[in-house]
Amino acid sequence: MMLSRVADSIYWMSRYIERAENIARFINVNLSLMLDQQMEGQNQWEALVHITGEYKQFTEKYGEANMENVIEFLTFDKEYPNSIFSCFRAARENARTVREAISSEMWEYLNRLYLRLREQSNQPRDFLEEEGNQFFTDIRLSGNLFDGITDNTMTHNEGWHFCRLGRLLERADKTSRLLDVKYFMLLPSLSDIGTPYDELQWSALLRSASAYEMYRKRHGRITPANVVKFLMLDHEFPRAMLYCIGRSEESLHDITGTPRGSYSNVAEQRLGSLRSDLAFTGAEDIIRRGLHEFIDDFQIKLNAVDTAIYTTFFEMRTPGAGEF
Amino acid sequence: MFRPDGTPREGSKLLYQRLSSLSDGELIRYQQSAERALLNLGITFQVYSDTEGTEKIFPFDIIPRIIPADEWHTIETGLRQRITALNLFLSDIYSDAKIVADGVIPADLIQSAATYRPLCKGLKPPGGIWCHVTGTDLVRDRDGQMYVLEDNLRCPSGVSYVLENRRVMKNTFPAVFANSHVRSVSNYPGKLLDTLQHLAPRHISNPEVVVLTPGIFNSAYFEHSFLAQQMGVELVEGRDLVVHDGHVHMRTTRGLQKIDVIYRRIDDDFIDPLAFRPDSVLGVPGLIDVYRAGRVALANAPGTGIADDKVIYAFVPKMIKYYLGEDAILPNVPTYLCWIDADRQHVLANLDKLVVKAANESGGYGMLVGPHASEKERAAFAEKIKAAPRNYIAQPTLGLSRVPVIVGDSIEGRHVDLRPYILYGKDIFVLPGGLTRVALKKGSLVVNSSQGGGSKDTWVLSAGNGNGTHHGNGGGLPP
Repeated sequence: MMLSRVADSIYWMSRYIERAENIARFINVNLSLMLDQQMEGQNQWEALVHITGEYKQFTEKYGEANMENVIEFLTFDKEYPNSIFSCFRAARENARTVREAISSEMWEYLNRLYLRLREQSNQPRDFLEEEGNQFFTDIRLSGNLFDGITDNTMTHNEGWHFCRLGRLLERADKTSRLLDVKYFMLLPSLSDIGTPYDELQWSALLRSASAYEMYRKRHGRITPANVVKFLMLDHEFPRAMLYCIGRSEESLHDITGTPRGSYSNVAEQRLGSLRSDLAFTGAEDIIRRGLHEFIDDFQIKLNAVDTAIYTTFFEMRTPGAGEF
Repeated sequence: MFRPDGTPREGSKLLYQRLSSLSDGELIRYQQSAERALLNLGITFQVYSDTEGTEKIFPFDIIPRIIPADEWHTIETGLRQRITALNLFLSDIYSDAKIVADGVIPADLIQSAATYRPLCKGLKPPGGIWCHVTGTDLVRDRDGQMYVLEDNLRCPSGVSYVLENRRVMKNTFPAVFANSHVRSVSNYPGKLLDTLQHLAPRHISNPEVVVLTPGIFNSAYFEHSFLAQQMGVELVEGRDLVVHDGHVHMRTTRGLQKIDVIYRRIDDDFIDPLAFRPDSVLGVPGLIDVYRAGRVALANAPGTGIADDKVIYAFVPKMIKYYLGEDAILPNVPTYLCWIDADRQHVLANLDKLVVKAANESGGYGMLVGPHASEKERAAFAEKIKAAPRNYIAQPTLGLSRVPVIVGDSIEGRHVDLRPYILYGKDIFVLPGGLTRVALKKGSLVVNSSQGGGSKDTWVLSAGNGNGTHHGNGGGLPP
């Protein structure tokens, strides 16, 4: 039992941190692709805006989708609500309203993270030239650290389950978008499929999901079908979509006490049905039906789950605590 | 910290030695690292008038203020006496008003106080206690005497800074701290929880206690959240609560949950739009009805603000005499009441020497510091006084004691006050410590955080360690 308002804030706190971490992952994958290959770099940055942000908002403000502009938009833009900066700010604001419900270690870490980023956001961007990769790697790491602090300092009670629920749903969404990046990059170069160049892209993608070594252990050779299988359908890899959906379902049932395999509210019904969608689909089916279409459909269903969580647990509360 | 001859006072020697051993640069570094720690901890307050980044750290000075054991003993005894009398006054004034009938306080002064709540007539709070949490403001004049400046019987804030400042100080001067025999303040949240649970109207072992905050934009939000966290209770806003079936409930992920005790940090005016201000969106409609029916407890009780009225305040020594038959241990600051003709004439003739205050304002608002005001400002205030004499009181400008404060890269004297905290539940608990507020502007007498004040840790020394003796002009700088 906890306050609806508090549950909502905890859920969004962890969603925002996961979101920031994943934006850093997207940027990391592009940065490393730029180093690894001689491809014309422009359209991969444009793809990133398509995947993660509002394209219209971007072009109106920045015009050309080059590296500097896209990084500025996705990292430091204070007006764009899903930039890394805005995510940390929102996560911290949410945490600030529930400080009594989370551990002080969580709050202090998040507060320091935000203050540091705010300081960096006011400095010239020169440091990105030399240390860009490290900067985004650090942000990825801070998301992981926060998860670790959460798991080790907060009682695994209802609040913790809302925290985990927010984190895993956000991660499922972002892993699916990461795969979508690949889809966009492939658009102008279908002839590259199966070439070493293609493998380079898939490797970068796996690395950005911290999945490269784990993939190798599981599947060995890199093939598109296996990468899809691993990042979407793996039961054990913690960034795989099915893993995230399965574990968030666990948390949802721990919150309500409803036995698994049944449901007592719309949120459980939708999440359960989304899990079986994934669990009973093969990678080949997905590719045959079209990766992008499948991901699109998945994201729509995921949004419906989020809406159902809102109406089931949080409603009657403040506007603006967080919408995507 | 120093005697008039410039030597350190008893109890301050260790600190003095430690400070003397530091180079200037080191002291500044300590100061900066303490500020950094407070920022990282998110120990901040909101400034209403500030649009740019409304969150600020409460300016903090790392040189602690030291209070010897014997001096503290007087303060504590005086505060106990005062809070006992004030609670008797509140019980009396909202029932038979004997103190009025006996001619000690004029009836129309009570009726005309903006903070008087006729609605509270006939209320019988549990144990006859109205003020469960009090934060009394004390000042020390140049003669070394402690005076009570304000009682703050409604929602006094600042105790969280006392606890967090202490935490930072222990890290800054661990060795001095360990050897100075400073009394601990860390059990405050536990004592507060005991006090609140004691109020529960239902006789159950684990009553549901909540802290009610106006929300994240309130200047003391950090404190509300901090206290809820430290006590392990829910922090709620008005919109989290609802009156249903004659009880107050909070809205949870599993439906409504009954509440027994509310430590409310919302003023009377805003707590229930049905009972008080109808335009309040912060409160809970119907709350006061449930309270009157004895199905929820409020700390503090509604109506306590009557004794915060600065005109009523002037009568506290008489209350102590009337209810307890004792003389006040801690005197009031001498106060001229402008509704009395003779007093008003004196005030108007001496505006350049006096501090004039509105009877119902707090936080340093609505006041005139005569010696620092312009001729024009004084004339304007004189008109206000003549127009509404009941609303104004005046006090002499005190030679507030000064303590050493780090300013830029040197140490200078600044004026301070002291706010100790008192809990009144089963018994009376006075926290050995308090918030020392510093007027950071040179020469300023206004210490309120909303007006550019800062704070210091307050070290109350335990008796029996050579800390008992207290000399000279109490904490002043060497002349």
